[in-house]
This record gives sequence, C-alpha cells and structure tokens, in this order.
Amino acid sequence: MAAGAVGAVGVGGAVWPLINQLNPDASVLALSSVEFDLASLTEGQSVTIKWRGQPVFASHRTAKQIAEAKAVPLSELRDPESDEDRTKPGHEQYLIQIGICTHLGCIPNGPDQGDFDGWLCPCHGSQYDSAGRIRKGPAPKNLVIPPYKFTSDTKIQIG
Amino acid sequence: MTEHSGSYTPSNGLEKWLDDRLPIIRFSKEHLMDFPTPKNLNYWWTFGGILAIMLVIQIVTGIVLAMHFTPQASMAFDSVELIKRDVNGGRIIQAVHSTGASMFFLAVYIHIFRGLFFGSYKAPREILWMLGVLILLLMMATAFFGYVLPWGQMSYWAATVITNIFAAIPVVGDPLLQLLRGGFAVDNPTLNRFFSLHYLLPFIIAAVVVLHIWALHVPGNNNPVGVDVKSSRDTVPFHPYYTMKDLFGIIVFLIPFAWIVFFAPDILGHTDNYVMANPLVTPPEIVPEWYFLPFYAILRAIDFNLLFINSKLLGVMFFGASILILFFVPWLDRSKVRSGTFRPQFKWFYWLFVINFLLLMWYGAQPPAQVVLMNFTVADVSKLSVLYYFAYFIIILPLLSVFETPRPLPASISESVLGAART
Repeated sequence: MAAGAVGAVGVGGAVWPLINQLNPDASVLALSSVEFDLASLTEGQSVTIKWRGQPVFASHRTAKQIAEAKAVPLSELRDPESDEDRTKPGHEQYLIQIGICTHLGCIPNGPDQGDFDGWLCPCHGSQYDSAGRIRKGPAPKNLVIPPYKFTSDTKIQIG
Repeated sequence: MTEHSGSYTPSNGLEKWLDDRLPIIRFSKEHLMDFPTPKNLNYWWTFGGILAIMLVIQIVTGIVLAMHFTPQASMAFDSVELIKRDVNGGRIIQAVHSTGASMFFLAVYIHIFRGLFFGSYKAPREILWMLGVLILLLMMATAFFGYVLPWGQMSYWAATVITNIFAAIPVVGDPLLQLLRGGFAVDNPTLNRFFSLHYLLPFIIAAVVVLHIWALHVPGNNNPVGVDVKSSRDTVPFHPYYTMKDLFGIIVFLIPFAWIVFFAPDILGHTDNYVMANPLVTPPEIVPEWYFLPFYAILRAIDFNLLFINSKLLGVMFFGASILILFFVPWLDRSKVRSGTFRPQFKWFYWLFVINFLLLMWYGAQPPAQVVLMNFTVADVSKLSVLYYFAYFIIILPLLSVFETPRPLPASISESVLGAART
C-alpha cells in the first residue's frame, strides 16, 4: 500500500516534467510590449503589428464604418458588445484588435470585407463587422481586444 | 478456426531445434501460408494487403527523408526543396512519400467502405473493426503532423487551425493550446515536436496493425456473402491463392500511384504550400488535403449555437463524433445478416451514404458562400449532408435492423459460389 502510494507519486513526478516540457519556455513567456504611432494611418487604413508572435490589427475607421457599428442593436449580436466597449474614449476612430479569428485561428482579411464592412475569415467564412464583432459564420466571439493604452494622442502601447 | 495441430514438420535438425525454442517458422507457416481463407473473397478484399504495403512504403521513404530534412522553422522549407532538387533520387523519394499519403488514404477509405457494406464489423469481429478505427485515427494524426513539416503556408495554417480545435474545449482549452504549440502561436517548437511525433506514430500504427491482424486471425476473414465458414471446402490456404491475388491487386494499385509520382508529383498538393510559412498572412483560401475534406466540411457546416454550446465547440464536437461514431457501428447495426448483398433496403441507404460522403468531400473544397442550387450556398446544403452522415449511423442502421426483411442467405460459401456459376 505504502509502496504503491510512493510509486504513484514517483510516476506522477516523473511524468509531469515530460509533459511540462511541451509548454512555452520563459523566453517565449517574457511579456513584451510594442509601441506604435497611429498618426501615420490615414482614414480607412489598417496595418498589422506583430505582438507576441501574433498579428494585431490597428485600424483607422471611416465615419461610415463607425456609424454602421453604432447603428447595430446589441440584440442582433452573437457576442454583444457596444462599439464604445471596443474602443478607447476620445479615440473611437481607432480600433485595435488581435487579428486572429476566434474560430480556429486564421487571420481574417479586412477591413471593408464581407457583408458588414469589416473582416472576413478565409478559412471557414466567419464575418466580423466594422467594430470587429462576430456577425456570421462559425466563430463564437468577437475579435479579441489586446491590453493597450494611449501614451499620447496618437501613440499606443500594446501589452 | 485454425487447426493448431499444425501442418508444419521441421525438415531438419536445425529447424527442429529452433521450433522447440522459438516456433517462428511454424507460426509463419500457419498464419501467413496455410491460414484457411474463404474461397470467395473478391478484389475489395485485396485492400488489406495493399494497405500493409503502403505502410511499409511510407515508413521506408520516411526514414530516408528524415536523413535530409531539417526540423527548424527557418530551414525546413528549404530543406524539403533541397530534397526535391539536390538529393540523389530525392525528387522521387519525396514524391512517393507525399503521394503515398494520399494513396494510403484512398486505400483505407475503400477498405472501410468495404467493411461497412459487407458487415465486417459485426460479431465476432467488433474488436477487429475497432482496432481499424484506431488505426484510422492514428493515420490522420500522422498525416497531419507530416503535412506540417514542409513548413509552407498550407502547412502552417493547417497546424494553426487543427491545434486551435483543442482550444474549443471549455476551461482547459487555452492552456492546452499553448501546451500543444509550445508558444502563443505555431512556431519552431511546434515544428520540432510534430517532427518527433511524425516519426513515432507510424511505428505505433504498425503495432496496432499487428493487433488488427491478430484479431482477424481469431475469427478468420469475413467474406462477400457474409455466412460463416462451415467446412474446409469453403476455404483455400492463404498462400498461394490470396498472396497471388493480393499481389495482383497491389500491382494494379501501384500503377496510378507510379504515374502520379513520375509525371504529376504535385497534382494532389496545394500551390500555396510552395510559399514559405508566414505567420502574418493567411492564404486567401484554406483547404486541407483531399482525404480530410469530408470531415473538414462537417466542422465548417456547424456555424450556429445550440443551447449553451457555442458554434466553435459544437463544430468540433461534430467533427470528433463523425469519426468516433465508427467505434459504435457494431452495436448500432443489429441486423443478423452481414453482407449488404442480401439486404434490399440497406443497399439504397448505403450507396446514398457513399454519395453523401463524396458530396461532403466536394463541399469541403468549396468556399462556404459558394451558391450550389438556387439561393442555397455550400454552408446551407452541407448541413443536410452532415445530417444524413449521422442519421445513417444513429437512425437508419438501428431501424433497418428491426424493419428490414433480408433475402434468404445461401447455406454455405460453397453453395453461393456454385450457385453463381449456374446462372
């Protein structure tokens, strides 16, 4: 009994490192942050920034796109979030989001793609609107907003 | 079924000495040569032998390719190109391996559909069938890991999409995703571990194949009429009758295989995989290899939430269930009659299932918004195919077992063979 218990602990102790080696190591985990100046973006333009190996979309939205995003009643949304929830006050022309489809991780094409003037995922046809909210297709959630803050009027720091 | 009295008599002192210690010659003679096999097996039965050869071809070419491949994110793509261009004969060896994967799946699908038609999953062959499903799962994993190794755009995005499937699991999904990838995105650690696993799994497959054949040799082969072997008049020895028949099947199968390898080695691949992996650009259209298309279509068809289950998790559940359901077929089809030949209604549903499977394969290759009929898109009509796929197993097979009146069975295999000769 005691031998069995010690054996079980021993096996567990030996197996865990063998599994844990699969996890990202400290050099990958070291949280990096990225700075970006949005002033270079003209209205309607969007760029992709690399943060932690993942693409981040920074978009300067047109007045039409903002109006469309605001006009949608929340009850029509699969993952209800208002346009204000997804932007920073005073900077609502800028939309910063992780450019990874919440379905299976492809990078959606956009902006101004699909039926909702937003992003269209090429893999399984998910469509996001001009605020990056899921509107159609298999994805369950809106595009993720990364942690970021404005360090000046147009400069942002992601992470 | 086998007579263990044995037909083997050691012919000299050395064989006698070996036979008393490790009766490997006896075993080979009984199981590879004299094994009593129903005399009416048709060419659909040669695919077992074809599959064994395919596994050997994949392992041998794979070991050779591993001698030249570099599992490092910045070098993997170039190393595969070097294999194709510089390594002596590498162009052919690489093409045999990549085309071989497709031919392997073609053969395994025919093998599975043969089993589904002739009721090869029914008692006493349930374990044999389940080991086969396990081999299919292992093959899928191996093919996926292998597809990632050339590190082209399709490789990279296949790895991204498939690892993301695990993120759909509630609670543990995200940590599990990082565990599988070894980072926040698919990268060098992912490539490394996939190479390691791609090398390992074929040997696991080989081990399960041994169990599969063991489970086959306990009850013996099923056969096209599905009645049990009743006397030695119903069987012939495996060698030379089926070694020769299988060999002929293998040669015929290798002809189109060789044609593709020599004249169109890239015909089954996707052009985007000639572009090196780029984590910041998804190709305009992602399509898996043809052999995954039906399951990919099932994954993609589920774009709606059901109760508290979101569309992503639901799609993944259907995707997994579409293969796991095969494990339960022996208990879903309760009909006493094995062979579909004697089941008048079953036949129709079976062939509809085959057509439906091919239809799913086609849907998987089309963009979801593609209009198929009137205003209906692939995303709409593929739901019907998913419905039929599952209904066949869960509703149709159990109901047929109760309501269908099968045609009378021949008294024995010999009678069926002679009867066919008369007409």
